Amino acid sequence: MTTIYVPGDSGALSLGADAVCRAISREAAERRLEVKVVRNGSRGAYWLEPMLEVSSERGRLAYGPVRVADVPGLFDARWLEGGAHRLLLGPTDELAWFANQQRLTFERVGLIDPHSVADYVAHGGYQGLRRALSMDPAALVDRIVRSGLRGRGGAAFPTGIKWKTVLEQPPGQKYVTCNADEGDSGTFSDRMLIEGDPLSLIEGMTIAGIAVGATHGYIYLRAEYPHAWRTLTQAMAAAYAADYLGGDVMGSGRRFELEIRVGAGAYICGEETSMLESLEGRRGEVRVRPPLPAVQGLFGRPTIVNNVITLATVPLILREGAEFYAGFGMGRSRGTLPLQLAGNIKHGGLIERAFGLSLRELLYDYGGGSASGRPIRAVQIGGPLGAYVPAAQFDTPVDYEALAAIGAMLGHGGIVAFDDTVDMARMARYAMEFCAIESCGKCTPCRIGSTRGVEIIDHIIAGHDPQGNLERLEALCGLMVQGSLCGLGGMAPFPVQSAMKHFREDFSARAQH
Amino acid sequence: MHTSAVDRRHDVRRILAQFKDRPGPLLEVLHTVQAAFGFIPPESISLIAEHLNLSRAEVHGVVTFYHHFRCAPPGQHVLQLCRAESCQAVGAEALAAHARARLGVDFHESTPDGRFSLEPVYCLGNCACSPAVMLDGQPYGRVTPERLDALLREADGAAGGNE
Repeated sequence: MTTIYVPGDSGALSLGADAVCRAISREAAERRLEVKVVRNGSRGAYWLEPMLEVSSERGRLAYGPVRVADVPGLFDARWLEGGAHRLLLGPTDELAWFANQQRLTFERVGLIDPHSVADYVAHGGYQGLRRALSMDPAALVDRIVRSGLRGRGGAAFPTGIKWKTVLEQPPGQKYVTCNADEGDSGTFSDRMLIEGDPLSLIEGMTIAGIAVGATHGYIYLRAEYPHAWRTLTQAMAAAYAADYLGGDVMGSGRRFELEIRVGAGAYICGEETSMLESLEGRRGEVRVRPPLPAVQGLFGRPTIVNNVITLATVPLILREGAEFYAGFGMGRSRGTLPLQLAGNIKHGGLIERAFGLSLRELLYDYGGGSASGRPIRAVQIGGPLGAYVPAAQFDTPVDYEALAAIGAMLGHGGIVAFDDTVDMARMARYAMEFCAIESCGKCTPCRIGSTRGVEIIDHIIAGHDPQGNLERLEALCGLMVQGSLCGLGGMAPFPVQSAMKHFREDFSARAQH
Repeated sequence: MHTSAVDRRHDVRRILAQFKDRPGPLLEVLHTVQAAFGFIPPESISLIAEHLNLSRAEVHGVVTFYHHFRCAPPGQHVLQLCRAESCQAVGAEALAAHARARLGVDFHESTPDGRFSLEPVYCLGNCACSPAVMLDGQPYGRVTPERLDALLREADGAAGGNE
């Protein structure tokens, strides 16, 4: 029987995948054709979504973007036998966009049925955990250190070192927490992974628990991701039923329990200490560090806090070895990064590549330039706290250190493109406005500074004393960077400062009005 | 009205019992209360506080800290419109202006007939399909003003049909 893959990823759903799926079932029934439909994750080529695949002896054949009205025609063209149709893209693996990627963390996303433990295991799943259970905790943590894996949530802290700190704390209750509060605009890799291969995250957390002696894990998932919640809940239930979670993990006698906690629409809860406060049922106000969460985290106990992508990469490192993973990348940025192309871009989506490719390759070779057809003037990298990078710097490699050298940051790997119609003073204003909306309010530079920032930029936009106000804005940015308690107030000035530096004309030209 | 408040208290007590013995349960309790009523009824605050050994101020503080929790019932249909950078890069501000004009309300408001609430959201994680909205929990991508009109009409039609 032919299998048809119809993504159940919420991005694909947002473009009508459910209706297409219903049309396929209807059409197949009318034609008395037996088909098996699998709701997979997205392969990440969102401009082709809903991108359907049909199993064939040539491998999976991709058709897209498919609309409901196309479905009868696809059957007429005998697509179940790989028939030619204007929407036929060819074997998925041979499409340049996929063939040129290096998918490690995302090796199964879009390939498998995300709810099926059997499918997961058939594609290399749970080999990492099996290996982990046979290892000494110190050796296990050392393997993560040697892989060079750094936190993919944005801070890029070496994951193995964090685990080592938790391992070295005295025995007692410890926790593994996963930060799935993916709030940065332009990022969706956590969502895609959870909707497409949730068991890799579950396995990664279990390995983390085995490594540091934690018996309980929490996934803090944002409320804006109801579809991810549904998939993750089903996958967790399947993992429990198959004894990959619970009191006797893979028959080892080791315990690991997992719970999902849903956030409530606060961007700040992506900051680790604020997330811990929220997990404990309080306002998501940041904590003063030290103590580090690795020493005194959730409910005052030693806690691993890692991002979804970080944890989902762990099983592969256990399965393939530290050297395999560290063999990808450049400098101190080892491995691969799932990059996310968004905003005004022709071919938006997820591209996983080893560190070291240039922004230009990403924006033009993968992205195909802007969606509007106009020149790309600026990109914002790393979410709302990330700097704006001008076209003159598009040859910078995607690497933590190289981006830091030009005053930018990679963050969670989201890249938002803007064409030449963008008003950078307005984008700077938005950065301050967003900080004002999302500030937890605990420290003054962030709470008050962001509001004053909006006011000053309003004056600049209105042409009031631009020179004086630009100086005041510079001073305010410096104060927020230096004086804020966490990264929200401390980094919200980055987009503002970079906009002033690289796009000065958008600020100073206001003087004439 | 009086009966419904009594019923609500009963339901809130039932929800609280469900989360007994769970560590740090306040957010989960609030999510469950909101799922039951569509908002956090004011009379539930003191009940929750009492059961969790918190002050009313603490519970109120949590409810108002998080954008997701509502203190008043929402409209029949909730339109969440993303206002973050990726969506701005492809016309979200124009789409927001269109939504406001079409519904005749600003963000955080509901139409006087109670049919629609308009809420801002800062990223739905659908950034490769910007501009993105969520209508009654269903995601929609690459939304033009015309498509938004069609979605609202469709939702309104469905609502009318139920009456």
